[in-house]
Amino acid sequence: MALENLGKALNNALKKLARARTVDEAVIKEVVRDIQRALIMSDVNVRLVLELTKKIEKRALEEKLPPGISRKEHIIKIVYEELTNFLGKEAKPIEIRGKPTVLLMVGIQGSGKTTSVGKLARYLQKRGYRVGLVCADTWRPGAYHQLKQLAEPFGIEVFGNPEEKDAVKLAKEGVDYFRQKGVDVIIVDSAGRHKEEKGLIEEMKQISSAIKPHEVILVIDGTIGQQAYNQALAFKEATPIGSIIVTKLDGSAKGGGALSAVVATGAPIKFIGVGEKIDDLEPFDPKRFVSRLLGLGDIQGLLEKFEEASKEVKIEQDIEKFIRGKFNLRDMYTQLEAMQKMGPLKQILQMIPGLGYELPDDMVRMSEERLKKFKVIMDSMTKEELENPSIINYSRIKRIARGSGTSVRDVRELLEQYNQMKKFFKSMNRRKLAKMARKLGGMNFGGFGI
Amino acid sequence: MFGKLKEKFSSFIDKVAQTEIKEKEVEEALWDLELALLEADVALEVVEELKERIKQRLVGQKVKIGTDKKKLVKEAVESAVLEVLTPERKINLLEMIESKKEKPFVIVFVGFNGSGKTTTIAKLANWLRKNGLSAVIAASDTFRAGAIEQVEEHAKRVGVRLIKHKYGADPAAVAYDAIEHAKARGIDVVLVDTAGRNELNRNLMDEMKKIVRVAKPDLVIFVGDALAGNAIIEQARQFNESVKVDGVILTKLDADARGGAALSISHAIGAPILFVGVGQSYDDLMPFDEKWMMEKIFEG
Repeated sequence: MALENLGKALNNALKKLARARTVDEAVIKEVVRDIQRALIMSDVNVRLVLELTKKIEKRALEEKLPPGISRKEHIIKIVYEELTNFLGKEAKPIEIRGKPTVLLMVGIQGSGKTTSVGKLARYLQKRGYRVGLVCADTWRPGAYHQLKQLAEPFGIEVFGNPEEKDAVKLAKEGVDYFRQKGVDVIIVDSAGRHKEEKGLIEEMKQISSAIKPHEVILVIDGTIGQQAYNQALAFKEATPIGSIIVTKLDGSAKGGGALSAVVATGAPIKFIGVGEKIDDLEPFDPKRFVSRLLGLGDIQGLLEKFEEASKEVKIEQDIEKFIRGKFNLRDMYTQLEAMQKMGPLKQILQMIPGLGYELPDDMVRMSEERLKKFKVIMDSMTKEELENPSIINYSRIKRIARGSGTSVRDVRELLEQYNQMKKFFKSMNRRKLAKMARKLGGMNFGGFGI
Repeated sequence: MFGKLKEKFSSFIDKVAQTEIKEKEVEEALWDLELALLEADVALEVVEELKERIKQRLVGQKVKIGTDKKKLVKEAVESAVLEVLTPERKINLLEMIESKKEKPFVIVFVGFNGSGKTTTIAKLANWLRKNGLSAVIAASDTFRAGAIEQVEEHAKRVGVRLIKHKYGADPAAVAYDAIEHAKARGIDVVLVDTAGRNELNRNLMDEMKKIVRVAKPDLVIFVGDALAGNAIIEQARQFNESVKVDGVILTKLDADARGGAALSISHAIGAPILFVGVGQSYDDLMPFDEKWMMEKIFEG
């Protein structure tokens, strides 16, 4: 997940504060140095890091502690504030203004423009917009086919012509074509280019002035390093950048380069790409992102994901019921289904406050495989067994194992897991619910059923 | 393209040479070096190791104040960088291909999404043809939309055969067919294009292992993006762990990349860098050696 290591490193740095007997200048300096290291390791532009950590150190040393606030809390707040300042404060959703709204995607070779065009088109389509795609990449072979193969399974039309060599003409024709068709959004994909390719940068300028997009979206590879700042600057100088999509944040990507691009262009990150599937695109909220980074959890993100998933899967149970101990296998099944709709388990777990960075990767992977098996086992159970798991005796276990093509051990494991979950929900009552409820601040718990 | 890095190295050398070699001064000068390397996209891990080596070499050394010291410092810095950059093993690709008795020579290309595998394969096919060798490309990226059309067009343009299946087909089977085709036709080299993959995705890494198991390549080449930052070190490591990487091709060095990735990859896996990609045309593939890089860094 994005900037996971930065999160871990920042957490460790902040833990130092908690462990320190007295928080004096030496400790603060050490913590600031750790933060510096963490940011540099995450590919944030070195100059920006030095600027940022200088500010943090100055504020931590000079600002007076408000009454009732510990030194640690104060420093966390400073780090949080400075990082959100750096990232831009508010989430800026994509706006569909005119009809049609024209969006132009630009970026360096291999940063993921075409994949992102497909994802964004699908994202907008799901929200009820009619989308048309224009392939104005006249350079890379297969670009038009790629876009077609991404979009057409969803009934999204693609305009393009692999024989045409004039990208400006193609972009113009494509936009005119979809204007006549009366679509809501037109997304124009362009060829990859970098700042040293003056001719291509000029071409981009011309495309932009020919189609007059409402927004130019810069696609930035999440793994890019120190060059991000200068590259982004060059794009911005050629054509105003309205927003940024950061891609490939599901690998070892550090994401810091993208943050530098934000500073260089003054444009906000609106989406992040977190996988190869067409639905692996998430809206980006800087505040939420930073709190996830600092291990504060991302309850808002979790809520939204649940909401998204529940559009497709009916979740009738609510958390109240689980806490009262009325949690059966059918509920567990619904949960598993909902979770699978939401994406990799790891992403979900990271959003739960206090759980974020504690799970080793191997465990998460194993859990994912096990979840799949659990679903298969439950498919072989009767209605009675699902609703009242306590009736499952050895002979039923044997039948279920045979029916699902698994082993007795697997079925036992599932039952064990179920009992643990049941226990967990009970214990939530005492330990965590109060805390979670406070964080949510009166938000309705019902309906998203964790 | 390594100008900036070179400049920083020079200024570092000047600083140390102007004073006696005391720990504090070395550390101060090292700070500049550290920043310079970091700005050149050398991974932090590598920078720190480099710093340590240089410090060990410099601090405590008693040298007279005089002109010799500058040379001494320069040598310490150079040898530390060269140590990281020098691969344990070297590869002469043409010799290797020619010395293989049984045709074909099989090369599998692996790497992260968007690092430039397909473009690199087209460039290498072009290079092989120019060196009088025949090649066939296996379109083993059966996953990414448009991948087959892309490599097909490249193959047509550089004039080599392409062996392809449908999307979703087993990539290992495509590679196998290409190798059989090469055997039957006496083609010298098989270039296997694989899908870009995220090094943390276990299933995709397993799939890659299978391709390598089936294709039994003479070389596995990791294609790395020179614009990548600290992530490249983990990428190189993970790919090397899954399928032993024999060589590296670094792409997009024309994009004003400072080339620090070269140091990071060498540090991480010790595999030699064979070529660097320096542009979008088929001839923009340049043989690489560490001396060239050292000269770039230290000349003048």
